Amino acid sequence: MKILMKGNIALCEGAVAAGIDAYFGYPITPQNEVPAYFSKKMVELNKVFVQAESEIAAANMVLGAAATGKRTMTSTSSPGMSLKQEAISYMAALQLPALIVNVQRGGPGLGNISGSQADYFQAVKGGGHGDYRLIVLAPNSAQEMYEFAYDSFDLAEKYRIPVLILTDGMIGQMMEPVELNKTPKKDFIEKDWALTACKGREPRSIKSLLMRDGVLEKHNINLQEKYKLISQNEVQYETYNTDNAEIIVIAYGISSRIAKSAVKLARQEGIKAGLLRPKTLWPFPSEIIKSLAKDGTKLLVAELSHGQMVEDVRLAVNGKVPVEFIGKAGGGVLSEQDLLNKIKNLK
Amino acid sequence: MYNEIIIAGFGGQGVLLAGTLVAQAAIEQDLHTTWFPSYGAEMRGGTANSTVVVSTDEIGSPLAFNPNALIALNEPSLNKFMPRMTEKSVIIANSSIIAQGTEYKIKPYFVPVTEIADKEIKNVKTANLVAVGALIKALEINCPADNKSDICELEKRVLTLKSALTACEKAFSSKPELVEINKKAIQAGYDYIK
Repeated sequence: MKILMKGNIALCEGAVAAGIDAYFGYPITPQNEVPAYFSKKMVELNKVFVQAESEIAAANMVLGAAATGKRTMTSTSSPGMSLKQEAISYMAALQLPALIVNVQRGGPGLGNISGSQADYFQAVKGGGHGDYRLIVLAPNSAQEMYEFAYDSFDLAEKYRIPVLILTDGMIGQMMEPVELNKTPKKDFIEKDWALTACKGREPRSIKSLLMRDGVLEKHNINLQEKYKLISQNEVQYETYNTDNAEIIVIAYGISSRIAKSAVKLARQEGIKAGLLRPKTLWPFPSEIIKSLAKDGTKLLVAELSHGQMVEDVRLAVNGKVPVEFIGKAGGGVLSEQDLLNKIKNLK
Repeated sequence: MYNEIIIAGFGGQGVLLAGTLVAQAAIEQDLHTTWFPSYGAEMRGGTANSTVVVSTDEIGSPLAFNPNALIALNEPSLNKFMPRMTEKSVIIANSSIIAQGTEYKIKPYFVPVTEIADKEIKNVKTANLVAVGALIKALEINCPADNKSDICELEKRVLTLKSALTACEKAFSSKPELVEINKKAIQAGYDYIK
């Protein structure tokens, strides 16, 4: 049965089905439905909800809860995401699994509350300090908000890494029919690294201050090996009509929906257009992009920013084919017609 | 079928709820649908709107770049969205509080939804759903059947009254006492348009 719900609520439903133990957050539009939902739901489930005193505190509470091996998450929107970066860097160093959600709004600064995709760099290139990565998922519907939230905890625990769902105010605020079709997860395997009080066993420690000669260097190498493994195993994307396409639009999240409509319109006008949609922004689907960049093909990147993911697309094709860009930011939204016109101009 | 519907009015007139009802009606017909609110700074007395897209195909943008239907529950909303209307657009204007003297580029269906809700339904809060009922009838009229049309095809061409009435049961499932009165409101709006 399909239920009409907001993307933000679908995300919560996914986290609950995944067996979330604790939510920590602080209000900011356009993600307020998330803490509002958990403030009620976690009481019913006899689990933890804390409205922290700030985004910084909420992120550090997630760090603490994750260190005990529990399934935990926080959510925020762009300005709040900047505040969480210190704790995220620490969690990456401590190899703590958790879910972090950024329902992006217009920036920089306090910006506005419209949907935006201008936090791509922050999400995939670090955000905080140090040489680290997050797994970054980009849902493009309320259904995927549910499914990605559901899958993210397993993914985070598999690699002991924070997972970031990078979405935006439009996907979060929009209602769509959602099928809540996932089996609730329970009976989790105990983690051999979790800090669960050491009575009757050897004490464990989790720390990121590694001062002894060579220890931090070794730690960084281990992290990089893990990131390499994730790059090999966890890339996700969707292709649409790319087989014989001469113009391939590359877009994620809300932009990918608008792009798909534009590709359909272009096809109706006899233009061989296709779409590639990264579902994971890190690891980035570089290989498929490289393979699509055949001679005579043109790539067009569409984002609600002034050009961020386009840099990774250009790196992937390494000058082999032209990579064009179309984008709007600060609350502006690309229309299907905007994209269609751009596609026609490339023809 | 591809409909982009804007429902606009004062905050408190139920434009968000009316939108969810239309989206729920689309689900009853197994159609694709999105609902998108004007969110944020609106408050009671300010303006608010929701955009509903209803389609037989999957939906790209949840925003209405080419709206083909508008419910304006107050005059500022009618003036705000009128420039985006085309000849094919269907407009329901709340004539209880919008004067009918003005010349508009597209002639709206003037429906006194507040009065109908107040006098016929005995609950002024149902004005939003009176307007939804009127819109469903107006879309039906403006989407004429072809020669081979039958009832199945009606469901492919437009949102049906039946879906909207069933949607009421879902939309008000937490307040069952409101189901019947809102069904009556939709029916009254539907019957008003000839």
